[in-house]
Amino acid sequence: MDALLNVNEGFPLLSFLIFFPLAGAVVLFFYSEEKFARLWTLLITTLEAIFSIPLLIGFDSGTAKYQFAEAHAWVPQWNINYILGVDGISILLVMLSTLIMPFCVLASWKYIKKRVTQFMFCLLIMQVSMVGLFVALDFILFWVFWEFMLIPMYLLIAVWGGPRKDYASIKFFLYTMAGSVFLLVAILALYVKNGSFFIPDMMWQNYSTTFQVLVFLAFFLAFAIKVPMFPLHTWLPAAHVEAPTAGSVILASVLLKMGTYGMLRFCIPITPDATFMLAPFILWLSIAGIIYGGFTALAQSDMKKLIAYSSVGHMGFVTLGIFVLNTRGIEGSIIQMINHGVTTGALFLCVGMIYERTHSRELSVAQGCGKVMPWYATFLGLFCLSSFGFPGTNSFIGEFMILAGTFEYSTGLALAAIPGAVLAAAYMLRMLQKLLYGTENNPDQSHLKDLSIREITVLAPFALFVFWIGLGPQPFVDLIHTSVANLLDQLHNWQQVQGVAQVLLQ
Amino acid sequence: MAILPELVLLTGALAFFGLSLSKEINDVQMNNTAIFLGIVTFICSLVSLSQNTMFFSGCYQVDLFSQFFKLTISLGLVFVLIAGQNLKGIDRSVRPEYYMFLFISCLGLMALVSAVELITLFVSLELSSFALYLMVPMRDDQTGIREQMEAGIKYILFGVLATGFMLFGMSYIFGLTGTTYIKDIIPGLQVASHPAAFFAVVMVLSAFFFKLAIFPLHFWVPDVYEGASNETTCFVATIPKLGAVALLIRFVIMVPGDTQVLIYLMMVLAICSMFYGNLIALVQTDVKRMLGYSGIAHAGFILLGLLTMNASGYATAMYYITGYVFMNIACYTVLYNVSVNGENLSITDLNGLHKRQPMLAFLLAIGLFALAGIPPMVGFMGEFLLLAGALKQGYLILVILAAINAGIAIYYYLCVVKAAFTADAGDRADVEINTITKFGSVVLVLIIIFMGAFPSKIIAFADTAVKTIM
Repeated sequence: MDALLNVNEGFPLLSFLIFFPLAGAVVLFFYSEEKFARLWTLLITTLEAIFSIPLLIGFDSGTAKYQFAEAHAWVPQWNINYILGVDGISILLVMLSTLIMPFCVLASWKYIKKRVTQFMFCLLIMQVSMVGLFVALDFILFWVFWEFMLIPMYLLIAVWGGPRKDYASIKFFLYTMAGSVFLLVAILALYVKNGSFFIPDMMWQNYSTTFQVLVFLAFFLAFAIKVPMFPLHTWLPAAHVEAPTAGSVILASVLLKMGTYGMLRFCIPITPDATFMLAPFILWLSIAGIIYGGFTALAQSDMKKLIAYSSVGHMGFVTLGIFVLNTRGIEGSIIQMINHGVTTGALFLCVGMIYERTHSRELSVAQGCGKVMPWYATFLGLFCLSSFGFPGTNSFIGEFMILAGTFEYSTGLALAAIPGAVLAAAYMLRMLQKLLYGTENNPDQSHLKDLSIREITVLAPFALFVFWIGLGPQPFVDLIHTSVANLLDQLHNWQQVQGVAQVLLQ
Repeated sequence: MAILPELVLLTGALAFFGLSLSKEINDVQMNNTAIFLGIVTFICSLVSLSQNTMFFSGCYQVDLFSQFFKLTISLGLVFVLIAGQNLKGIDRSVRPEYYMFLFISCLGLMALVSAVELITLFVSLELSSFALYLMVPMRDDQTGIREQMEAGIKYILFGVLATGFMLFGMSYIFGLTGTTYIKDIIPGLQVASHPAAFFAVVMVLSAFFFKLAIFPLHFWVPDVYEGASNETTCFVATIPKLGAVALLIRFVIMVPGDTQVLIYLMMVLAICSMFYGNLIALVQTDVKRMLGYSGIAHAGFILLGLLTMNASGYATAMYYITGYVFMNIACYTVLYNVSVNGENLSITDLNGLHKRQPMLAFLLAIGLFALAGIPPMVGFMGEFLLLAGALKQGYLILVILAAINAGIAIYYYLCVVKAAFTADAGDRADVEINTITKFGSVVLVLIIIFMGAFPSKIIAFADTAVKTIM
């Protein structure tokens, strides 16, 4: 328990953040009027976002220990505990998942017309599992949130989704489930070795190489499906295309990060030898994802599919950054996780807004809408620029750091990743050009209305973060720096100890 | 005092016998009386929980182990009665008799978990089984094809066969040890430690494998589930399995000498049951058949707890089967209420349930997700603890195969949830439920969630209970 700081001291903020939306959801059980449900959910998610700010203020970026820690016994016979805490790796992701939710509610204000209360209920339950997952420090607790998250997400796609919702939702559920059964076995195997489910206890232990490789592969399969990494990505376009706007935003902004978070939190510290051994393969798989995602996105005429494939590419950058195993790469990939959450989330919101007007996601239908929707054009343009990493926007910082880290690791690898950045510009500009300008014979778009105040309110904060991270990323990097440095220190110590052991054995 | 629950059940059965003689019967009153008696039984089990005595010259033991099961049996009975209110699937003329047999069957099961002597055990088992054999053909013959008769005959023939195995095994045990008291048999068999002793115990076990529907002895399950009325299936699928697990634990403990062979046997049976049950459940269209096959798979999971051969494994098995009973009753409550005249339901009959009766749809979702092992429901915690226990003993391959099965199972449960929540109701009518059902549903949901979220007390209790008989 040394890894925890100030256990059970002060107000249990993390537990509060987990269970507050749950309490809000229970209220919807008893009073389920639709207008009330909308307002209530907006209130709850906004309060949740406000209450999460003390987390950021109270966070001490000078220590790599887990802060705001809480520890209580849960199933003492099996040494399962209720342990929570945040560190530099998780703090930004927690903030992302609390801050993005009010906008999801706002984005669904008019989009969701049937079964509104149930929709809001699902969003609140979703919030519970997202926050819980990032702060859980007990493996079983983590697993509970990891699996439980499937139910609301499944329902979001299956009930409020598009025409092929059945196919997409079941595919999403089965894919994730298939990945996670081995995760469970790996967790159990680690438990049998350590006698504890406390995650920091499992790190940096002397497991045999075979054991590490097996555990790593089990972890990796589960997380790679979630990220999703090429070639396990096929559920993502289906799920994104069919999901309602809020579902797509949550999926892109938070759910995909669960995979990369898992790699950082579990793969590297628990199975360091296997990480060193398998990192080269994963790096090239990331490159494949970047290039593949880029080319496929280039060929899409459905906006949501295009952004979904661009996610495959962007997440490829994130995994690339993680497995080059140096400070720049890992910090860049955490920043890039946030960037992707902001930018892709915003892009999905933009697509949702055009879909509400034209009831189509085809590029050709909304062609040339920029002329009648200047506000929309401004925001979309900004987020597109941000998506392909235009200097001054957030993704530039993230991708730059990742590429710098990659160059440090291997020039060939970095060179292989560069075309991905170019492709990103190509498909994003293509979408921008078609959608906003079109050709000489555009369909008549004069019936389209420009963004309402509500919609501008939704997009403005995303734009703020695009510039904030783009122009002044230092506060964000400061938050994560100590934890990442600590992770890498331990990794290098581990490598040295292993090296010494090798020499001694010879 | 110590056998108060049994006495209440017996009184109840006699009361219904009296009622069956009268001509004019008020269905609602009878139904409420049954529920009331069920609740009284539960309260009595609660009161007699910490009793510890012996009856009938040492044949009938009341201890923590038996009282644990009596408590779960009586609580299950209450929910079974709530699930099948007014017995709409049962022939009008035999409804009082149906309740009588239901209570007798429960009485038999309660006697079974207390029996510590082979003859008593056999009599109790038959008491509960024969009552069940009679309940199956009592279904109202609506289709005219008399499928309930077919189910009844299948059930009784397979059941008698299993009983035959058990008696055969018992005769060996008696021959080897010269006693029918379990407390003397255990040391007696250890001394004998003969292939015959092992063979005898496995023969006895097979009778309970039959009750639990483990792979090669599962043939009755789909047909009986389908042929019996919804309320009967609700009972057959749940409460007798508690008795089966209790007795499996009693006999597994008995196995003499090297237990490795038995462990391998149970491993093979567990894997076969899980794969067979799950793969066949994937293609079912009748919900009861699907639940039947899923029950075979879950029975395989239970074996994971038994084959660890230690107290914590048995305690987990007890926890899991208790959870299983409530998850299943939750599903059957929905089936019974959605079915208009007690007919069988296919998955499409549940279409749009969220609109037709949101409460039942929610109950169904909780029950099915729990069966699928999604946290924080009880099915997850049970499955997880069983896997952890088996892995602790080093059965990695078994655990991996079981985990794969947990993954396969999701699909067919999800299909039912999908029908209830996303499909269009079409012209299917709304479903009305009464206050008792509503109340029962809420309590079931709470039990399923709280048992899963806070398992430590129940497992500790089961652990102490199982240690009293080891």
